[in-house]
Amino acid sequence: MSLRSRIANVFRNDRLSREIDEELRSHIEEGIARGRDPVEARRAFGSALRQREHSRDVRLVAWLDSLRADAVFGWRQLMKRKVTSAAAILSLGLAIGACTAAFRLIDALLLRPLPVAHADNLYAISFAGINPDGKARSYDSCSYPMFRQMRAAVRGKAELIAVSQTGRVDLTYGSDQEMEKAYWQSVSGWMFRALGLRPVLGRTLTENDDLTPGAQPYAVLSFDYWTRRFARDPGVIGRSFRKGDSLYTIAGVGPERFTGTEPGIVTDIFVPTMMNAGAIHSANSFWLRILVLPKPGVAVDPLRAQLHSVYWAFEHERAKGFVNYTRQDMATFPQDQLLLEPAAAGVSGMQKDYRRSLAALGVLVGLVLLIACANVANLMTAQAASRAREMALRVSIGAGRLRLVQLVLLESAWLALLSAAMGGVFAWWAAPFVVARINPEFNPARLVLPADWRVFGFGTALTAAVTLLFGLLPALRASAVKPALALKGGGQPHSGRRSMHVLIAVQMAFCVLVLFVAGLFAATFEGLSHQPAGFSAERLLALEVASQAGQPAVNWEQVAGHLRTVPGVEKVALAGWPLLSGTMSNNHVSVQGATPGSVLCFFLSVSPGWVDTMRIPFLNGRDFRPGDAYPGAAIVNRTFARQYFGGADPVGQSFETVGAKGERTRLEIVGLVADAQYRSLREPVLPVAYIPFRSAPEQSRRSATLMVRTASQDPRALISILRQEIPRARAGFRLSTAFTQESLVAAQTVRERLLAALALFFAGVALLLAGVGLYGVLDYAVLQRRREIGIRMALGARPGDIVRGVTAEVYWMVLAGAGGGIVLGMGSAKWVATLLFQVKPTDPAMLLLPLATILAVALVAALPAAMRAVRIDPATMLRSE
Amino acid sequence: MSKTDSLQGSLDLLVLKILSRRPGLHGYAIMTAIKDRSGDVLRAEEGSLYPALHRMEEAGWIRARWITKENGRRSRIYDLTAAGTKQLDAEESRWQEVISAVDRVLRTV
Repeated sequence: MSLRSRIANVFRNDRLSREIDEELRSHIEEGIARGRDPVEARRAFGSALRQREHSRDVRLVAWLDSLRADAVFGWRQLMKRKVTSAAAILSLGLAIGACTAAFRLIDALLLRPLPVAHADNLYAISFAGINPDGKARSYDSCSYPMFRQMRAAVRGKAELIAVSQTGRVDLTYGSDQEMEKAYWQSVSGWMFRALGLRPVLGRTLTENDDLTPGAQPYAVLSFDYWTRRFARDPGVIGRSFRKGDSLYTIAGVGPERFTGTEPGIVTDIFVPTMMNAGAIHSANSFWLRILVLPKPGVAVDPLRAQLHSVYWAFEHERAKGFVNYTRQDMATFPQDQLLLEPAAAGVSGMQKDYRRSLAALGVLVGLVLLIACANVANLMTAQAASRAREMALRVSIGAGRLRLVQLVLLESAWLALLSAAMGGVFAWWAAPFVVARINPEFNPARLVLPADWRVFGFGTALTAAVTLLFGLLPALRASAVKPALALKGGGQPHSGRRSMHVLIAVQMAFCVLVLFVAGLFAATFEGLSHQPAGFSAERLLALEVASQAGQPAVNWEQVAGHLRTVPGVEKVALAGWPLLSGTMSNNHVSVQGATPGSVLCFFLSVSPGWVDTMRIPFLNGRDFRPGDAYPGAAIVNRTFARQYFGGADPVGQSFETVGAKGERTRLEIVGLVADAQYRSLREPVLPVAYIPFRSAPEQSRRSATLMVRTASQDPRALISILRQEIPRARAGFRLSTAFTQESLVAAQTVRERLLAALALFFAGVALLLAGVGLYGVLDYAVLQRRREIGIRMALGARPGDIVRGVTAEVYWMVLAGAGGGIVLGMGSAKWVATLLFQVKPTDPAMLLLPLATILAVALVAALPAAMRAVRIDPATMLRSE
Repeated sequence: MSKTDSLQGSLDLLVLKILSRRPGLHGYAIMTAIKDRSGDVLRAEEGSLYPALHRMEEAGWIRARWITKENGRRSRIYDLTAAGTKQLDAEESRWQEVISAVDRVLRTV
């Protein structure tokens, strides 16, 4: 019995009532059987109903029972108005789902602590400074010698861990022909111990694995990779694979949830940093991130200062070897500040790229949720008003105010609960959908998106907040009903409208803000995708080809020559790497023996025919000839000519590059070509010098890119044939990666495309919701004022006056809201500025478009209500009252 | 009216005592027992008896079960539980205290 049975009794209410009734009945019968007068026996009991209520309250938890009763009643109310309920649930569900999905993404990328010990005590070193053009810059890469000095300097106070960026590499467990891709990260051997990571199989790396360059070729697989690639075969320990020239042995498998330190990339294989032997002693190779784990009780700020002084001294020493720096530049180098940023969630480029985008999206979907809440609140207020008599009746027969609040709130809770269920399904689908869009084919993002208590807790809290947000106001209004007035009929004709109007204004402000920001994102994407690349990416394949041993240019040309004979191939040329791939090489340039300026020139080695294959127009001079070799000839772009030759035609002139030790290499300009984007679509064209693929004396290459212009509209169809033809052209060559040049161009705008698409989608939703909300409020206003309108019409008011009377007030609210939205938009513009490209938030078009849209929607939304008002027949209206 | 008032605070005690002597009574029998044993002085009204029974049942002092009588009708009868026996002891001694306290007041004033 006791509490549990009393709670149970709440849910078998009918049976309980029946039992009580039966017991009481049997009592009366007993009395009659013993000769009591039937009427007297019944009267002795008093009101049977009251008796039952009294006993029932004893036998169950009364408040729970009232909650149950109200929940059932609320459910019936929802079911009575299926269409409006469905609309409310749909809009709320979409908004809650979008918010939850945004939370999942933000949580997975930025908030969720790494599954390591002391994650909350983990910091990452980064550097912040200011570029010559005045813009802030930040980066987080370090060289190994720098890392070593830092680690030694703070020994005892903090543990420093070096981790490389995770990269995609070729490796093979068998022959060369069975090369496969894996995500590869070099880490300090002691990382596993420091972060409390225990192997599920074999051993992890240790400090001893990371002492001598190239000496300990041991690898630890991630649990995820072990599962995917080896189906959790315990026999992998001791197996070996080859990457480049090194043979590695698998030493162990890491813990289950650890996928590396870079959210957005799942590392497959961890190896000791020492295996990157070539970079260990180079102060100029910046390839590491440094994680810092302060010992307990060590303050972060002094630690940061100490690390900064090590960094500064190290870089200052390094600058003495810079050939192109003036004495003063050297004296003040470096000017950047070393920062220790909390890195509980790890550090990754994706975090940097998407932090602000996700935050912006989160705010947008949050606004959409608020708009949806305002809609439902207005709906509930309107309904509460139409139920004023019912509420009044409840109050007058003794219902408490709190009970009325509960009644209306429970109805809201139903709405919220159903919406949350729908939102949950939406979020479950939407978050991976969005991640899948961050997906250039050569480097797809893989963000681990667990659906655990964090996500569930957020969803629950959001649902509760939403319930209060849209339910509390109508509930309080409903409970504040004055029975006498309400039962008399009518009462306050304007009641409820003021709060509805405020909500409309708020809704419009948010809607304009969402539209405005979406407009900025759309214009950014539009601008970027129409940014001229300077070459034609159509039907163009970029084949990254590798050879186990280094091959001279003549062999590479043989492969290119063979591919030209493949049906469907139009043109083939060789290049060091594709344009817009992010790879680059630059150097200082000296013209006529002068001291080099500060503007760097960018280089790319290309074979004869490359300019033609890329369809970059020749402006003057000639292409490379088969005999041209580096150093010797060069083809430069127009920006190069403008930068170093003052815009004069440089063909026939020469320039020199200046090497690290001051050695000069002379290049003669044989051709001038039009500008093409080298590294990124969002920067001004760089000065570029194309140099011959072949070099003299001959240097062998292990990898190069074959640019293939195909005849087919879908160049991808050729990839499998080309994959077979490459080894056939010459033994030892194989296709490593193949992608289209178009995908490289598209990758430049992945983030902008995603932002624009999602922002526009939610702008559409916001607009729809705002329109529906406005329609609802106007419709309600007409309904409430129909008597007044009837009288006015009877007194001779014209339709125009009626419409104006009904809509004017609301329209002022729309205008006020829109104005507020513009102000909010201007305020937020600075905050999203880094996500924009060549778009000015103050551009009148950017401001007018949302305003015009919202006004148009407001007009359309007002139409049905206006028609309804005009069609009111005064005679019928007045008679009915 | 005065008859019910005299029961104030002692209804639980009476019900528990009666059930301890004669287990398995239904509500009507308990009511009759109170009336008969008190020589018609005390009367438990239906309006207070049943809520009291249900309250004591929820408190775990008495246990209820349904039996079917010879005429086929069901009847709900009550028994004392172990907790009820303990409660009876407590109520009895409390009652004795009250009685003697009232007695003292009556004699000394």
